[in-house]
Amino acid sequence: MLKRLLAVLLVLGAYGCADPKEHSHAVYMLIDTSGTYAQESAKAQRIVNYLLGTLQPGDSLAVARVKSRSFSEKDIIAKATFESRPSQANAQKRAFRDAIDNSLRLVMPSRYTDITGAMIQGAEYLNEAGAGRKTIIVFSDMQEELDKVTVRDFPISLRDIHIVAVNVVKLSTDNVDPRRYLGRLDDWKKRVEAAGAREWRVINDLERLDSILTRS
Amino acid sequence: MVWPENPAASVLVLAALGMLFLYAARKPMHSLIQSLGRTAMGPLRLGARWLNGAADRMAHRNRAVLLAHGRQETETRIEREFERIGELVTRELQGYPTLQRKLLDEITRVEEDYRKCGEVPPAPPEWVEAVTAMGNVKGSNEMVQRVLEEIQRSVKAIHDKAITEYRKAYESRHRILEGFMPFWRSLDKTLGRVDRNIGSLHSSAASVDAQMQKYEQIVAGNDKAESMLTVSAFTQFAIAALVLAVAAGGAFINFKLIALPMSEMVGAGDYITASLRTSEVAALVIILVEASMGLFLLEALRITHLFPRIANLNDRMRHRILWIALTLLVTLAGVEAALALMRDMLIADKQALLQTLATAPQAAVTDGWVGRIPTAGQMLLGFMLPFALAFIAIPLESLIHSGRTVGGVLAASLVRIAAFALRLAGNAARHASRVLVNLYDVAIVIPLLVERLVVEMPRRAAAPEVDEAERTHA
Repeated sequence: MLKRLLAVLLVLGAYGCADPKEHSHAVYMLIDTSGTYAQESAKAQRIVNYLLGTLQPGDSLAVARVKSRSFSEKDIIAKATFESRPSQANAQKRAFRDAIDNSLRLVMPSRYTDITGAMIQGAEYLNEAGAGRKTIIVFSDMQEELDKVTVRDFPISLRDIHIVAVNVVKLSTDNVDPRRYLGRLDDWKKRVEAAGAREWRVINDLERLDSILTRS
Repeated sequence: MVWPENPAASVLVLAALGMLFLYAARKPMHSLIQSLGRTAMGPLRLGARWLNGAADRMAHRNRAVLLAHGRQETETRIEREFERIGELVTRELQGYPTLQRKLLDEITRVEEDYRKCGEVPPAPPEWVEAVTAMGNVKGSNEMVQRVLEEIQRSVKAIHDKAITEYRKAYESRHRILEGFMPFWRSLDKTLGRVDRNIGSLHSSAASVDAQMQKYEQIVAGNDKAESMLTVSAFTQFAIAALVLAVAAGGAFINFKLIALPMSEMVGAGDYITASLRTSEVAALVIILVEASMGLFLLEALRITHLFPRIANLNDRMRHRILWIALTLLVTLAGVEAALALMRDMLIADKQALLQTLATAPQAAVTDGWVGRIPTAGQMLLGFMLPFALAFIAIPLESLIHSGRTVGGVLAASLVRIAAFALRLAGNAARHASRVLVNLYDVAIVIPLLVERLVVEMPRRAAAPEVDEAERTHA
């Protein structure tokens, strides 16, 4: 009986000593600033606000721009790992919101869209954060455009990361031939699944933001 | 198939062959089936018997524990009753000699007063004889007449005086009688008090009588006492379980009050399991510590007796434990009140953050005195609930004590049910073997009919010869 009790205590202790990051959530949000999509920044801010309201103390959030070449830490607009004390976490969230407000107000449209490079950067950040659940939110039309020098046609690793594409607007060419839009989404799905992503989802209705962070 | 082109014939032939084989193996198969039935039945019956024995032993042990517990409880009650009587006698009847003396004094005084107010008959009128003598003088004598008139006048004067004195005497007697009233009232009050004390003693004595009767039944160990104690234990168990369920509801509310603010102290991002936060466990631990302090407090007050060690401590140590437990309980209650306030502040902060994050403007929450009522209510609840939770020690003790009886009775019943099931299974196995034997014979009914015919043929042939011989003999 005593041995059993000891075993239960040991198991509880082992659980108690487990890395608290395993239960945390890290989110990396990419905001497309190329061409006309830069006008959608108000929506992006809405999503960031939603994330700030939803993420818990101990969770991490980073927001980065998608530019012509986005595999760089310099593109991260704001990042924070929220304190475990709720009052401090709330203060961090307020500061984070202010930083995003200021940055998005001054955003300049880029010529090209390097989604792949931004995703690799995001995966790096998330893996370093070591959170139990990792999510990349891509706020973009998912139309990747690279200059001639930039190389992105190689296999990438997005192991155990949830990818959520938000507000994937239809381009004028998509309206002419919807197969282009569907094919684009299908290509991305195949690509992220091949990269080892745990999930691929598309959310276009911003009234359903609550499904961004729900566990599948 | 023997003849693939004629399946019916093949089946018939195979059935006949099978029947023959089964007929040949009839006796060993019967033995096999019966022995299988016996093999299954034996252990099952043995198990049933063992379980019945175990149930009897459990019932015996339960009875012993129940009677011992009942005896102890009744002894305690009788002891308390005697203590009450002792206190009553000490408190009320220790002044009884004084009371009696007071009563006697009052009675003596009343008697004296009574004697004082006794009616004194007026002195016999001596002049009546003189008047009679004068009246007997013959002839009308003027002198006599004058004397009589003089006597009349004197008598009248004396009469008036006597009447006046008589009235005065009555007045004074009335005054004395009036003076009786407070004494009568005091007498009545004193007698009433004595009557009440005697009545209380009488009811206590009746209660002691009832308890003693119960005690005698328990000591005798008769079935009535056992049944009474069992019913009492079940009732206590149900009531204690109900009260503990209510207390669990209170504990849940308490937990909700302090779980969120505890995250401010131990962090909200730490988890013990996938869905169990450290802050929640900390809140739970605080509630359990409060309940434990309540338990120690009631133990030190000798209201509950879950820890004999505390009850056996000397009064000084017991008082120390009492004060330590009370201090910790008050401190924890204060901490809870503070946590309840912090919870309200955290919720308000979160609400403010969500308002600033919301795209659509939201109505501001009014900050008047009405808005402070929930805060005050939460703080009050946070302070009061630990004390309310402290009292769960009483139903807990009742649940533990009655749980032994209830658990014992239920366990014995379960063992008896299991014994019955095993016995039923054993009987079913025996009957199944008999049914199988009969079914086997049904399957080989044709060879059996043939066998019967073959066996009975010589007997029938012999039967007419015997009849003929009997007739000839006759």
